[in-house]
Amino acid sequence: MKDTPLSNCERDFLLKAIEEKKRLDGRQTYDYRKIKISFGTDYGCCFVDLGQTRVMAQVSCELVAPKENRPNEGIMFFNIELSPMASPGFEQGRQSELSVKLNRQLERCLRNSKCIDTESLCVVSGEKVWQIRVDVHTLNNDGNLMDAASIAAITALCHFRRPDVSTQGQEVTVYSPEERDPIPLSIYHMPISVSFAFFQQGTYLLVDPCEREERVMDGLLVIAMNKHREICSIQSSGGIMLLKEQVMRCSKIAGVKVSEITELISEALLNDRKARKAGGKCGFAESMPQERITALKKDETPVEMTDVTETANGIIQKGEAAPQTVPSPVVPVPGVGQVGQGLQNSWGLEDDDEDDYEEEKNDNSGDEQVEEVTKMDVGEGDVVEISDSEEEEVVILNPEVPEKPKNTGSKSYQKGAAASKKRQKK
Amino acid sequence: MAGLELLSDQGYRLDGRKATELRKLQARMGVFTQADGSAYLEQGNTKALAVVYGPHEMRGSRSRTLHDRAVINCQYSMATFSTAERKRRPHGDRKSTEMSLHLKQTFEAAVMTQLYPRSQIDIYVKILQSDGGNYSVCVNAATLAVIDAGIPMRDYVCACTVGFVDETPLADLCYAEENGGVSSLALALLPRGGQIALLQMDARLHQDHLETLIEAAMTACKGVSKVLDEVVRQHLQEASVLTGE
Repeated sequence: MKDTPLSNCERDFLLKAIEEKKRLDGRQTYDYRKIKISFGTDYGCCFVDLGQTRVMAQVSCELVAPKENRPNEGIMFFNIELSPMASPGFEQGRQSELSVKLNRQLERCLRNSKCIDTESLCVVSGEKVWQIRVDVHTLNNDGNLMDAASIAAITALCHFRRPDVSTQGQEVTVYSPEERDPIPLSIYHMPISVSFAFFQQGTYLLVDPCEREERVMDGLLVIAMNKHREICSIQSSGGIMLLKEQVMRCSKIAGVKVSEITELISEALLNDRKARKAGGKCGFAESMPQERITALKKDETPVEMTDVTETANGIIQKGEAAPQTVPSPVVPVPGVGQVGQGLQNSWGLEDDDEDDYEEEKNDNSGDEQVEEVTKMDVGEGDVVEISDSEEEEVVILNPEVPEKPKNTGSKSYQKGAAASKKRQKK
Repeated sequence: MAGLELLSDQGYRLDGRKATELRKLQARMGVFTQADGSAYLEQGNTKALAVVYGPHEMRGSRSRTLHDRAVINCQYSMATFSTAERKRRPHGDRKSTEMSLHLKQTFEAAVMTQLYPRSQIDIYVKILQSDGGNYSVCVNAATLAVIDAGIPMRDYVCACTVGFVDETPLADLCYAEENGGVSSLALALLPRGGQIALLQMDARLHQDHLETLIEAAMTACKGVSKVLDEVVRQHLQEASVLTGE
């Protein structure tokens, strides 16, 4: 299904706020959202939360025949799945533009930068190599899927352990995890991508755009770097024109952000390793009761509560006085209630027609409180001709008549019908 | 990396060029009669054909019409005989789709689409022989084709692929250099304003070298723009001679 389109006022609001250097969630221009990394039971499964954006990466391996032109190198395969779970705009059938963009960007970030030693994945040259497959699933899209996916992919690769193998000539024995400990992959460096969103033809720049900001942005610049300040890939997309100085500035900012994120990843990996070594249970089953991964729970916001009463009183006193209370309803006539004084009607109709209709209305809704729009100017007893029809006979009823018509429940749409009904009653 | 010296001590590359030299650029405009605009461009051994149709009414999904500007639709494909090994999937695979998206993005920035609301401009590019710098050659060919079609643009869009070897930037990479593990940067530039329409880089490069590399790419693109300008003026001269002006 199609995404709900962004309204013009929302778009204008976002752009105006960005001009004043304000973001929807209160972040600064160069701030990332809170990143949370958690792991599953198996080696190679990792969840990443970037604010509300959530992705999951899973690494798996298989023994296959190598490519012909590279007989002694392993194969890496990357795949990002955009499931409709993440956003209503994603469809099950693949190959949407965004899907191609994300997949290619992840491939270039991880494969071309040679972050994994593929030659170590070779078992028997020319016959059997390991094929490492990284699947990234998007679970919730709140903007900046690229960064979340790259963090998830590289963390999962660092976390993954492949089975140990031994070769006896042409025979290959794969040991199960019980027989021999699985070995981690040899990773040279950790490339992390940082996204910059440009607004107003490149005048304003934001790091880590959320979903709303992504909708109004003009273009995106993705820089993938590792903590050694080596740029692994740069990609500009969208129809914006950049200047060289902007690109240089972005690369500097990216360097800072990447070192922060790399530290976070290393810490998360270390914690997980400690937890596993300590024999503690880890993985999804454990994180469910603690509600670590199953709920997009909002963290408690700390609120200062010590002197709430005094501050509240102060605010009330300083504030303007309460508006005048509405006077209680006045009952000029039994069955008619009047609350306040209405405004002068400015429709320009003749006063007569209006009073006529009003009287009908008043009598029809006997028990309800009715607001009279204007005071009646026409004297009682005057018969006003509204239409030329001879069938309709309009009778103005005296409001002092205490008799209430019994059948007030049904609303009659025709003035004539109501009048004739009343006449019969009388 | 198999012993091929990409930059010798005397400063010569594999094909005898110096570090900042571009390959020989030859181009012809108006090669097809059916299309609104067409161009054939050769940069060294890389040959590309570009064809432009438009601006015309929106075909296919009417829902993609933009009320205030034209939609640019690009398709990039490589001929099956363009590479050393026969290409099994000339179009529809991820790389081609990505290239098409990049071309579309580049030309959306350069073509004055506000002049043609509710229309569509189609750009089709085909690589006939691939010897490195595919994206750059496509962009250059497409620029000439768009000019041939008479669609107004803000400036020439010139592209060049540069690499970095031994602390020296190499302009206009060929296939052997691209696959030799050199960090390559493809840049599409509008020369007059120095605005970058597309920037794409793969492989590792230290941050400090980024500025030198971008500078080298911009100089190379300005060189390409001079050649393209020459080609356009030549073509106009020939056309005006034929129509007897």
